[in-house]
Amino acid sequence: MKASRPVLPGFGLALGYTLVYLSLLILLPLGGMVLKSAHLGLAGILEIATDERALASLRVTFGTSLLAATLNAGFGLVVAWILVRYPFPGKRFVDALVDLPFALPTAVAGITLTTLYAGNGWLGRWLEPFGIKVAYTPLGIVVALTFITLPFVVRTLQPVLEDIEAEVEEAAASLGASRWQTFVKIIFPTVFPALLTGFALAFARAIGEYGSVIFIAGNLPLISEITPLLIISKLEQYDVAGATALAVVMLALSFVLLLGINLLQWWAANRHRPTEPLNVAAGTESP
Amino acid sequence: MKHCRATEEPVWVRRALLAVGLGFLLFFLALPLLAVFTEALARGWPAYVEALKEAETRSAILLTVVIALAVLPFNILFGVAAAWAIAKFDFRGKSLLLTLIDLPFAVSPVVAGLVFILLFGAQGTFGPWLSAHDIKIIFAVPGMIVATLFITFPFIARELIPLMQSQGKEEEEAALSLGASGWQMFWRVTLPNIKWGLLYGVILANARAMGEFGAVSVVSGHIRGETNTLPLHVEILYNEYNQIGAFAAASVLALLALVTLAAKTLVEWRMHKETAMLTADLAPEPGEG
Repeated sequence: MKASRPVLPGFGLALGYTLVYLSLLILLPLGGMVLKSAHLGLAGILEIATDERALASLRVTFGTSLLAATLNAGFGLVVAWILVRYPFPGKRFVDALVDLPFALPTAVAGITLTTLYAGNGWLGRWLEPFGIKVAYTPLGIVVALTFITLPFVVRTLQPVLEDIEAEVEEAAASLGASRWQTFVKIIFPTVFPALLTGFALAFARAIGEYGSVIFIAGNLPLISEITPLLIISKLEQYDVAGATALAVVMLALSFVLLLGINLLQWWAANRHRPTEPLNVAAGTESP
Repeated sequence: MKHCRATEEPVWVRRALLAVGLGFLLFFLALPLLAVFTEALARGWPAYVEALKEAETRSAILLTVVIALAVLPFNILFGVAAAWAIAKFDFRGKSLLLTLIDLPFAVSPVVAGLVFILLFGAQGTFGPWLSAHDIKIIFAVPGMIVATLFITFPFIARELIPLMQSQGKEEEEAALSLGASGWQMFWRVTLPNIKWGLLYGVILANARAMGEFGAVSVVSGHIRGETNTLPLHVEILYNEYNQIGAFAAASVLALLALVTLAAKTLVEWRMHKETAMLTADLAPEPGEG
């Protein structure tokens, strides 16, 4: 008896509680919404989602989210790079500040960015003479979404950049590679999956964002109205079916994104050890 | 021509990257943060204090705290239970479960609010039953609590799962074979091991619970003095062109964000120190925990 390892208690209780809580709070409400939309039929849902105003809102939502995520992929790579590699005064403070968008309520971000970029704001007054209007235009949406999703790329890249072994770069350099070649051929391919994951996380978050956008967007139908806002205005006009149909479309799109992100992370975790024998943990993966 | 080390960038590249990265953070993080407080204090300290003393602002602060306090215990319980099952045991469908736990991260807050309107609203599934029994969930505090529960659902579990996975189960097994009961093992071994990770998750969940706007906005009904949290109150004041009031309320939330960042950094630092101490301790004296 002494040799046998004791079995940890509480599996049934813990898993049972997890499943009940998950089902009651997340799965049943979401499933209920999908069921409610079922009586509209696929054709009915598509008709609501492809109506001119809805289609325009989807275009604005996805277009601005894509732009914001791209901006963050570029600048996020630079920020992660300098945070990991270069010493500069106040680095710990700057590092902590990167998480500000996660901690600052979105409504606060919304009214602050609007005030900054309005025609008489600190930044708006410098842009206005050049004919660049940010507040109350789709460009304002991009600014708000860039702020909200700023930490994603930086935080997914940082640990990967930290893990790159100096030996690899030294080997490349001693074989005659220039610093630029080392970056393009060694460093960038290593961090690319993380960059893509950060990009996808930022994109997914940006699509659903509501609080910060509504203040800065101007919310003109067909021009600067995002889909979450259209859902709310349908609700306020008691068009529950229309709101539900649009919500189901958004839910489906974010589900696809979430699946993509998980696949990406799985790919990133597995591609660096192709020579290892079959991963035991992989056996627990469900298809 | 000066030569730099082969594994470093030339000085001008380093300077350019520092300028680009820090410039980006200056415009997108530092300036907005500074602007919140500047706008709030635009008409001086007395006007700021006066704005915060307003009865509706005070009741909004109170409701925000009440909702966070109501939400956190549920999420703590769920986080610990989910992490215990997922990190310490093997079962089929574990990765599906992990994906489902992440689901609220991918759902728009507006959709999160809408699903509860469809369940508990006047025309919702349980609407007639609720109104027959005179229970108000939508456009009332219970609905706001449920919506916040939905939004903050993954936070604590997501911190605890990887932490408990990395700790393995040897220490718990040792406690059991020394005769500890299940609860003794939990309180004396598991909880002390995960306390910093748990605190970290609570800090993040609390920030989101207090700051949530979209989901709460959909189910709140915006009844002044009754169903207004501080973020919702910021919107109302802002739309009434009450710039000082809106930014005074916003500055309270910005302060909360700064406290959150400071607490988070402190806890991260503690966790690093503890792991470093553990690895250092392990070789000479494995007895101490």
